[in-house]
Amino acid sequence: MTEQRLHPRGKPLRTDVNPVRLLMCKIDGKDISAREDETILSVARQNGINIPTLCHLDGLSERGACRLCIVEVKGAPRLLPSCVTLVRQDMEVTTNSERVTAYRRKILELLFTERNHVCSVCVSNGQCELQALSVELGMSHVHFDYIYPRHSIDATHSRFSVDHNRCVLCARCIRVCDEVEGAHVMDVMGRGITAKVITDLSQPWGDSETCTGCGKCVHVCPTGALSEKGKSVAEMTKRRQFLPYLQLMRKEGQK
Amino acid sequence: MTLTFEDLQQIAKIEKDKQEGIKYQINVCVAAGCLSCQSGVVKESLEREVNRRGLENWTRVKGVGCLGLCAVGPLLYLEPDGVYYQGVQVSDVSEILDSLGGSPVSRLDCSSHLPFFKRQQKIVLENCGKVDPESIEDYIAEGGYQALYTALRAMTPNEVIDDVATSGLRGRGGAGFPTGLKWTAVSKAFNKTKFVICNADEGDPGAFMDRSVLESDPHRVIEGMAIAGAAVGATNGFIYVRAEYPLAVRRLRHAIAQAERLGVLGKNVFNTTFDFEIKVRLGAGAFVCGEETALIASIEGRRGTPRPRPPFPAEFGLWGFPTLINNVETFANIPPIIRNGGDWFAEIGTEKSKGTKVFALAGRVNNTGLIEVPMGTPLRDIVFDIGGGIPENRRFKAVQTGGPSGGCIPEQFLDMPVDYESLAKVGSIMGSGGLIIMDETSCMVDVAKFFMEFCMSESCGKCVPCRVGTTQIYNLLSSITNGTGKSADIPNLEELCDLVKNTSLCGLGQTSPNPVMSTLRYFRDEYEAHIHDKTCPAGACNCGGSKEAK
Repeated sequence: MTEQRLHPRGKPLRTDVNPVRLLMCKIDGKDISAREDETILSVARQNGINIPTLCHLDGLSERGACRLCIVEVKGAPRLLPSCVTLVRQDMEVTTNSERVTAYRRKILELLFTERNHVCSVCVSNGQCELQALSVELGMSHVHFDYIYPRHSIDATHSRFSVDHNRCVLCARCIRVCDEVEGAHVMDVMGRGITAKVITDLSQPWGDSETCTGCGKCVHVCPTGALSEKGKSVAEMTKRRQFLPYLQLMRKEGQK
Repeated sequence: MTLTFEDLQQIAKIEKDKQEGIKYQINVCVAAGCLSCQSGVVKESLEREVNRRGLENWTRVKGVGCLGLCAVGPLLYLEPDGVYYQGVQVSDVSEILDSLGGSPVSRLDCSSHLPFFKRQQKIVLENCGKVDPESIEDYIAEGGYQALYTALRAMTPNEVIDDVATSGLRGRGGAGFPTGLKWTAVSKAFNKTKFVICNADEGDPGAFMDRSVLESDPHRVIEGMAIAGAAVGATNGFIYVRAEYPLAVRRLRHAIAQAERLGVLGKNVFNTTFDFEIKVRLGAGAFVCGEETALIASIEGRRGTPRPRPPFPAEFGLWGFPTLINNVETFANIPPIIRNGGDWFAEIGTEKSKGTKVFALAGRVNNTGLIEVPMGTPLRDIVFDIGGGIPENRRFKAVQTGGPSGGCIPEQFLDMPVDYESLAKVGSIMGSGGLIIMDETSCMVDVAKFFMEFCMSESCGKCVPCRVGTTQIYNLLSSITNGTGKSADIPNLEELCDLVKNTSLCGLGQTSPNPVMSTLRYFRDEYEAHIHDKTCPAGACNCGGSKEAK
């Protein structure tokens, strides 16, 4: 790309001095300055405005799939996912209107009806992002019918196990394995409600030849779907500090 | 070898000369519908009989594309008499040849279906039933590839785009995005490498417009794509066809090979600096791959799931390059627009919806088949004049437009003109052009359930509202149709529909509640009858009870 950007008055912009433009926008009535390559989510979080997310994780590519981070943008006909929407000059964002929070709560209800999320017997009880979200969004009960399909548990790996009944298909494990570890052991198989995370070509995890056993997938998993063996109820604490650190080191290394 | 305009005219002349001495031409439909009723055998037998009788010097048997009236195939069309024969079998062959020059065989004549043929206006389908889909010469004889020549030699890319913009053509794939605007966006993108993609992943139940165009007139689509390539500055094209259309795929590949051999595709087309090549990619049967970002992912060899837009494909498309994606029918409209000018096209249709639209008539209607009418034609004309009304004198109930993304339109809106805005106003969409007609024996809850089951199993599973929401809606509809519905189900349905519509990631999810919302809007009494009285007013569902039992 040999695009030469022009200043509004026709003078060439020195892109070596300021590669990205700065702009001003408004989030929840608060005036905020941002870079044009930042998303609404990251700008909001920098300014202490919390937007609930599930599939987003700092350090991984964005997926825009959980739809919990939807926000209202003045002038836009649709609700926009803040994790993939870039800020624009004079944009006016509302992150917590009644309409948006009601939708978020219903999406969360749908997630709870999809598979088995009974906290009292879960290794991640107390440290689960799904559980934390339901408290945060005030979801006290589910008023849709539970679907509860019967999913398997794969405990063939020597150190980890996967319980598909707890999976929310956020694909964090897939992304961390592909983008950070570089192994791409996991992917999604099937469509719609039958979609399922698989290892290799739907082989038992323990037989996987590509898995390096690094355990990154286990630590990015928001729920109790992926856990270390030997952990009992409420004992599975996730350690994610490595992720932004690794990404930062890589960026530094590329310079 | 480079082709010149003179070569093109020469080919057309040779082809015309060949037809000079022909007194009678028998056009046999060899599109998928008629082929499946043995039209191929009829054609062979006709050819054999013509040769046996020694008529080959003045009688010609020709395989042509779809004649439209798929309900009564195999179809034959006699030139110059203008007679259509229906349901032709091998045993009828000698009788047909005997009657040449005399009065037509009344037993086979389908003049009773005349309004079907007379009420249409054909632009996209102008060559269907006329040219041999397997012969590029035949297409050239009908003026084919002249538009590409004009676009390359007599117009600048901007003039081509201007013409498309003036024509007011809107995307025929469903959403109706202005084609000129899309082309401008791609042409403005900064990049030397750009792509043109033809979306032929037609997956709506009951729709077969794109298949018929590809089977009947593949060169028109190729020409449209090449013109698009020249206009936006792309040198590579892809046609993404579903593998369930083997005949269309075969004819497309054949047509591309012919075009390459002749030099209308390849390097230095018509002695200009323009290079263009087209590759065919097969879809593996996922409905969601008709969504443009999922389609791109599928061509790239990845899992066919949509991604959030923006960035739009015009900016960040195939392998990250600017990409123009249009539907088969959109590309098929391009050559006539360039040939006759954008103003000519803009005169047809309504104020905001220009041109014609191809519809596939299916369901409870007499003349099922493929039709093309100007935008703004009332639904009543389509169903009752062209479609010939409802079989067995049953009562018309509703028409479903736009497949699983559209809505059911009840009788009170039958006089509404068919265009993008009017359809949206009554809660449906134009979609790609499937029209499914339902009569009094169709249960609207059951219809909604059918489409929801389709959306549920075709959802890619990426975003939560579509993956779980469609399943929840389907489960509610199932319980209503089998008589276990509760009165809380209707508000729950409305709530879920609203959620899925407003928060899903791609067009599939956002439009999937349309069949449910439109039937709830116009046929709420049927839902209530299922829930409260445990009966199905249309008698289609087994609710496990009846009014008497209650």
